[in-house]
Amino acid sequence: MTSTVTRPAAPAATPATETLSLARAINRALRDAMAEDPSVLVLGEDVGALGGVFRVTDGLTAEFGEDRCVDTPLAEAGIMGFAVGLATNGMRPVVEMQFDAFAYPAFEQVVSHVAKMRNRTRGRVGLPVVVRVPYAGGIGGVEHHSDSSESYYAHTPGLHVVAPSNPADAYALLREAIASPDPVIFLEPKKLYWSTGEVAPGAVDGPGIGTAVVRRAGTDATLVAYGPSVPVALEAAEVAARDGRSLQVVDLRSLVPYDDATVCAAVESTGRAVVVAEASGFAGFAAEVAARVGERCFHSLAAPVRRVTGLDVPYPPPKLEHLHLPSVDRVLDAVDDLQWEDA
Amino acid sequence: MLLGPDGRPTTAGTGTLPPREDLLRGYASMVAARRYNEQASALVRQGRLAVYPSSFGQEACQVAAAQVLADGDWLFPTYRDTAAVVARGVDPVEALVLLKGDWHSGYDPYERYVAPLATPLATQLPHAVGVAHAARLRGESTVVLALCGDGATSEGDFHEALNFAAVFRAPVVFLVQNNRYAISVPLSRQTAAPSLAHKGVGYGVPGEQVDGNDLAALLTVLGDAAARARAGEGPQLVEAHTYRMQAHTNADDATRYRSDEEVAAWVGRDPLVRLETYLRAEGVLDDERAAALAAEAEEVARHTREGINRDVEPDPEDLFRHVYSRLTPQLEEQLALVRDELARDEAGRDAHETATTRQEALR
Repeated sequence: MTSTVTRPAAPAATPATETLSLARAINRALRDAMAEDPSVLVLGEDVGALGGVFRVTDGLTAEFGEDRCVDTPLAEAGIMGFAVGLATNGMRPVVEMQFDAFAYPAFEQVVSHVAKMRNRTRGRVGLPVVVRVPYAGGIGGVEHHSDSSESYYAHTPGLHVVAPSNPADAYALLREAIASPDPVIFLEPKKLYWSTGEVAPGAVDGPGIGTAVVRRAGTDATLVAYGPSVPVALEAAEVAARDGRSLQVVDLRSLVPYDDATVCAAVESTGRAVVVAEASGFAGFAAEVAARVGERCFHSLAAPVRRVTGLDVPYPPPKLEHLHLPSVDRVLDAVDDLQWEDA
Repeated sequence: MLLGPDGRPTTAGTGTLPPREDLLRGYASMVAARRYNEQASALVRQGRLAVYPSSFGQEACQVAAAQVLADGDWLFPTYRDTAAVVARGVDPVEALVLLKGDWHSGYDPYERYVAPLATPLATQLPHAVGVAHAARLRGESTVVLALCGDGATSEGDFHEALNFAAVFRAPVVFLVQNNRYAISVPLSRQTAAPSLAHKGVGYGVPGEQVDGNDLAALLTVLGDAAARARAGEGPQLVEAHTYRMQAHTNADDATRYRSDEEVAAWVGRDPLVRLETYLRAEGVLDDERAAALAAEAEEVARHTREGINRDVEPDPEDLFRHVYSRLTPQLEEQLALVRDELARDEAGRDAHETATTRQEALR
């Protein structure tokens, strides 16, 4: 099992762009990957005739048949274990977990097998499995439909964890994830499924998994965000600009591998940082970002790194979720707290 | 049951026994498996293996599971199935690497199509179904035989695996070695079902019970199940009634939960004695042949002993090498840290040795 090629080959001609929603961009990535490689299989609950509860797999069974886009029994551990076997025997399964909190029955398979197989077999059995998880809140979902579960996965060595914030990244990162010899947890911010953007289908030569990007340049402070929190950070930067404060926004895109270099360079350039993430803050991924910035950029910091995260409460019912989610105001308040000399 | 505990064919067995050469081949493997079990347990007592969950008394199941498979078929073993792994052709030393502690798994799973020994219970069963389904999608005639114990049938993954196998008509034979105990907990606390084979009913998977100490019956039942799976007739569940003659592992004390009388009753049903009696009565086994088989088994034991007694210095860099297909920047940093620590340890040792030598020279 050699594993050198991690990204699909870029097409010869420069592809044209299309305006797609994030959900359609993922659908397009699945379709292109399936057309290119017959070993790519999509499997999950309701992914067939229905096209998934978010319609992300719409049309795939019709186009590729039910052996390629597979409705499975309703059993997440079984689906994940089945995918381990498929990947062991030459397939590249792309698993859909219907919702973040419904992925928990599969957790043992993910942690004990998907994440560890390459290591325990000394590289002989690699598992090219992608686990797509519609995640996080902000859609008025009832209980168990809005969890931010990234820290559980990011804490597990052996998994890559990716969270796109826009349709172009969703397409490119998913294509790369499917081509990767390593397992990838692909977190899809469900509140952004219907947001649109320019996508270049076939283009996979942008910044890859493991690379953060600066979404907005700024000189006064750096906001570090990922997935559904990136639009919040960008909006906060827009509002701050009107008040004469220049905020830089870094989109992590990939939690594991983590791009220390880009984050540190960005924070060092401004000397102040706020990490924005929807998940509960205590022992969460935002804490890891803050700790790493503290360890590596201490001498460039004018103020302690602040976190703006979800509250440390079980995900609230729809009518209270606005108090839980990081808001533009809460981000700006945190920025105001960064020990400004003129304050 | 085809051969009774006394080694005579039962009514069912008369005229339907597997060919003698298959039985003799199986017997040879069982003699080797028994010797291997004894050798591995001895290596635990000598401190060379961390632990060994022995299949002593279950050798007929171990051997039959391997023997009914064709080249290219897959075996999914648990931690108690090293004897089956060896019977499948994996090097006996490599099969024990997990229990020796050099690494989590020794052998290359693709070499003999044997999955790594599964330590969590039943989690390997859906993997077996996935491997079988992938083969079927490609039009290959692969059969997968997945092992588990009676305790594992209480785990959700056992049920999900049976269900997936049935829904996708995956060519899997599930062999449950019902050895009566999950560490200390008896079968009565695992299930109120009439048998473990009954558990297939709810999934549309045919279930069959077999005497797990009767190699002839096992070869017949498992061989038929494998043939049906290969022919596209879907999965089958086989419950083999056997007994764990020894404690769960060396760390267990079986006297706390079962009586000597109960164990003694099973001594009389030993799978090796039964088959030996039959083969001798049939004239295909004599003292000379038996001595030759014992010598072959001894050779396996010697190879195992020597291999396990050979110290392998683990490479610290292996900690990082296979976490991903390539190192992340974070792992690069941690590798550098460990390298630096090791280099300083080395330098410290050299300095200490130099100082000691100098002191000795001065004396």
